[in-house]
Amino acid sequence: MNQARNTASDASWQAGSAEPAIRIENVTKTFGKTYAVDDVSLDIYPGEFFSLLGPSGCGKTTLLRMLAGFETPSSGRILIDGKDVTQVAPYERPINMMFQSYALFPHMTVADNIAFGLKQEGMPRSERDKRVQEMMELVQIVPFAERKPHQLSGGQRQRVALARALAKHPRILLLDEPLGALDKKLREKTQFELVNIQERLGITFIIVTHDQEEAMTMSSRIALMRDGRVEQVDPPRRLYEFPISRYAANFIGSVNLFEGVVIEQQGDEVLLQCDEAGAVLRVRDSRKMASGMPLCLAVRPEKIRLLAPGEEGPNQLTGVIREIAYLGDVSIYHLELPGGKRVQFTQSNVQALAEQPLTWDQTVTISWRPDSCGALSE
Amino acid sequence: MTRRSPLLLSVLLFGYAFLYGPIISLMVYSFNESRLVTVWGGFSTKWYFELLDNDQILGAAWLSIKIAAVNASVAVVLGTLAAMALVRYGRFRGRATLETMVTAPMVMPDVIIGLSLLLLFVSMERLTGWPQGRGQTTITLAHITFSMAYVTVVVRSRLAHMDRSLEEAALDLGARPMKVFFAITLPIIAPALAAGWLLAFTLSMDDLVIASFVSGPGATTLPMVVYSSVRLGVSPEINALATIIVVIVSLAVAAAGLLMYRQEKRQQD
Repeated sequence: MNQARNTASDASWQAGSAEPAIRIENVTKTFGKTYAVDDVSLDIYPGEFFSLLGPSGCGKTTLLRMLAGFETPSSGRILIDGKDVTQVAPYERPINMMFQSYALFPHMTVADNIAFGLKQEGMPRSERDKRVQEMMELVQIVPFAERKPHQLSGGQRQRVALARALAKHPRILLLDEPLGALDKKLREKTQFELVNIQERLGITFIIVTHDQEEAMTMSSRIALMRDGRVEQVDPPRRLYEFPISRYAANFIGSVNLFEGVVIEQQGDEVLLQCDEAGAVLRVRDSRKMASGMPLCLAVRPEKIRLLAPGEEGPNQLTGVIREIAYLGDVSIYHLELPGGKRVQFTQSNVQALAEQPLTWDQTVTISWRPDSCGALSE
Repeated sequence: MTRRSPLLLSVLLFGYAFLYGPIISLMVYSFNESRLVTVWGGFSTKWYFELLDNDQILGAAWLSIKIAAVNASVAVVLGTLAAMALVRYGRFRGRATLETMVTAPMVMPDVIIGLSLLLLFVSMERLTGWPQGRGQTTITLAHITFSMAYVTVVVRSRLAHMDRSLEEAALDLGARPMKVFFAITLPIIAPALAAGWLLAFTLSMDDLVIASFVSGPGATTLPMVVYSSVRLGVSPEINALATIIVVIVSLAVAAAGLLMYRQEKRQQD
């Protein structure tokens, strides 16, 4: 389902034809001498589910707060539908935000919380009641309408916060770690609900998260942030399969990195002398690369295949299994190469009782295709 | 039931006796027939009736209540503003000064506050003609000056513990800053305001030293009357008055407790 939505909606921002819902232009925010956000430029298009992903302190929340209007950029501009809103107060922006702490008003009932924003814009009572009812139905909290926030569970509060933020039908909804306070099971369920609601309402969602899995499942595009800068902006699949830097490769999923030196280019393949692996490795990359240039090859554990005895393959390495972690669906193996470098690879546990399972200290040969790995120059 | 050790029990009893002994003996002696406070002359309620006829004491009590109520209300407003400035406005010019000035009345001896306010009022009168003489107005002003400090401390801690994002959420939903203050901030810090009001009221009712400095011939507060009459020999009327005050305060505390208990229960349902 998720994959379908990625490919279907990729078009608008790849063609560059659509008008961005939000344009962030060279925005910098400094607190004293520290750069919380450092020269960030992003275009976010209507209907996107856009994630700002990064470790804590990378500036993602500051960026979100600037979009909401709680912080003013030190320099740069923010445009919503082509209009400069950099200096516009939060209460005058067509944006609503769902807070990490939910920020439900403790002295108001659920219904009053949801109605608060509508009251501010002076919506007539009957229409307001109807909208509140709609919102409560949307997030399935109708039975709790007259409760106070402290009488609700964490999951229910999260729904109320979402309903309140959606009630005014904003063009853009900002979500600050919306699932951070929920337990794992509930989080997974809510992820899909969020995506469904977003698709149904067609609102642009911008979400801040430090959880790469969350970002991967829900987003149409992810901006990976690092020390106040944007490292890479791509749809989840591209970000995972073709990270542009070691940082991006490491942040999302696990990865094996092989440091080496370019020997030569053969067609669209690059040959790499890798001393750590004690071998020449091949990676598909059509960029022009001078021989002698340092390069890093990144390969995901699940792209590595086990070779049967006597079988030959590209990027072939032999080593001894040192660690095994059985996770149920897959097992993770740590292979030690003769030089001491460890390589991680996974195998699906297709059979419940494998006839000849891999064991510790077993010598095996692995291989991966040149087009299943990436070359990182940064 | 767990068995409590006899030692613990006796310590508890001693503690209660220490706290409530004086008050109970005062209440008992208010029903004393004899004019001599230390000699028991049989049960009587005559001092209560005599108290009702004593215009001096009743007038002083009424004045004290008026001063305390006005003082508490003004102190709550000023103290809340000061607390908002200290908690919400980050760094601004004069912040350190405000912070020191706000806490100063709490650590400064009453005698010095009283004296300095007296000098201020006198020189103000000489320069501007206001306040004319000293009395109810000057006492109220003096009380506001120091009780505002206590209100600030109480409200400030409540504000500091309040989740900032509540106000931001209200702004985000389209409420202007003024509206946010009255619709969100104020209801949330209301318990602190109530506590601050009560505290300011009590402080004012209780104050003898500062009031003595800034009071004039026309205005005598209750503590001043009590103190001066005690110097002439303790009158059983004072005992009666004290008993009435204790009963009123106890009822108020009990009512407040009951109210809070009910509210808590309602919130738990």
